[in-house]
Amino acid sequence: MAEATPALEIRDLHKRYGDQEILKGISLTARDGDVISILGSSGSGKSTLLRCINLLENPHQGQILVAGEELRLKAAKNGELVAADNKQINRLRSEIGFVFQNFNLWPHMSILDNIIEAPRRVLGQSKAEAIEHAEALLNKVGIHNKRHSYPAELSGGQQQRAAIARTLAMKPKVILFDEPTSALDPEMVQEVLNVIRALAEEGRTMLLVTHEMGFARQVSSEVIFLHQGLVEEQGTPQQVFENPNSARCKQFMSSNR
Amino acid sequence: MNWEVIIKWLPRLAQGATLTLELVTIAVIAGLILAIPLGIARSSRHWYVRALPFGYIFFFRGTPLLVQLFLVYYGLAQFDAVRNSAFWPYLRDPFWCTVLTMTLHTAAYIAEILRGALQAIPRGEIEAARALGMSRAKALFYIMLPRAARIGLPAYSNEVILMLKASALASTVTLLELTGMARTIIARTYLPVEIFFAAGLFYLVISFLLVQAFKQLERWLRVDACQGR
Repeated sequence: MAEATPALEIRDLHKRYGDQEILKGISLTARDGDVISILGSSGSGKSTLLRCINLLENPHQGQILVAGEELRLKAAKNGELVAADNKQINRLRSEIGFVFQNFNLWPHMSILDNIIEAPRRVLGQSKAEAIEHAEALLNKVGIHNKRHSYPAELSGGQQQRAAIARTLAMKPKVILFDEPTSALDPEMVQEVLNVIRALAEEGRTMLLVTHEMGFARQVSSEVIFLHQGLVEEQGTPQQVFENPNSARCKQFMSSNR
Repeated sequence: MNWEVIIKWLPRLAQGATLTLELVTIAVIAGLILAIPLGIARSSRHWYVRALPFGYIFFFRGTPLLVQLFLVYYGLAQFDAVRNSAFWPYLRDPFWCTVLTMTLHTAAYIAEILRGALQAIPRGEIEAARALGMSRAKALFYIMLPRAARIGLPAYSNEVILMLKASALASTVTLLELTGMARTIIARTYLPVEIFFAAGLFYLVISFLLVQAFKQLERWLRVDACQGR
């Protein structure tokens, strides 16, 4: 029997800034329901990898497949690969959720408006339909009472939960989390992690770049350790955390215990 | 100070002020409409899209409004093509010449305000729009322009007040707006201090009302809540 099509597949991804190579050929496969944590020290290329997946950054080489559909790329003058088909990249981006470190809510819109904007403009939902869905999501992330507030009136943790709700409103097939708790006060980290944990338990497919080692170990089905733009270690959380093969990974794990 | 003279001529000055308001209102609204495509094109990534608005803005910011007004009012009539065109009934009229010049002039400034505002939008907020699947155009219309409007509003209100005062130049092409009216009255009364004082008061009152109106608009658009992020 043929294996099911993976939700997200990345093949041999390369990215450089000037002469400096940030990603030197990364491949990974996320099957439906996988939660893959990407660990590594600063500058190892974790965030760049995530941002290349939906072309917030342009890679120089590699393939990206979402649910078996290959993202069509073409080379730009400066050597970067850019989307060959604008319609396709916009559609695929709407299917790949992205949660930013700095939330990036739109400050001039209420929380509810932040959430319903993309479903209305991109998916063509009616306002009533979008609001109904948004209210359910706000309940889920626990900030329904803040729906008419503005981002500046919310704590960091609440803003990040609103940003997660905004992403969920697009009903994404895969969600990418780019250090979702790194900009938060320590006491707000947990409320955001709880939301992400609930999503993992729902069986959502997620890629998670994080420095929360304990959390990564709990929720992940797979852990990838990046070092100098390459996958240095890859496996189940138990294997990577307790029994890493690479010396660099061993060192990283012991310094982050 | 001869207060009686001031009171006597107040109705005529108010008449002049009405014309001033007409000129400024049309210019800053038409200028804003014209500035939106200019400002968007000016902030384009492509040099060939940027080039035209750049030239336009360079010309209108680089030359005095008075020179532009003279070029339009005295200059255009030299061309037969203009005199024979359908626009001649408007272009022979000092009111429309002034409105046209002020509009083209202020549009250049407003376009620069808009460009600055578009470029001041935090990158992450635009990335968020694109990451949700919005095309460039959708992100521009639904996210960036509303956001830029709030960033640029204080600068736009400044431009409106500058245009209020620049409208005094209309008096040089025979229009009896506030300054023109004041000069006409002075020619009859020989009382420049009183009449210019009264005209100045009119300008102050209009400025005050404009400032208040923009304050309300800023509150309504929650400009404060969007700053410092």
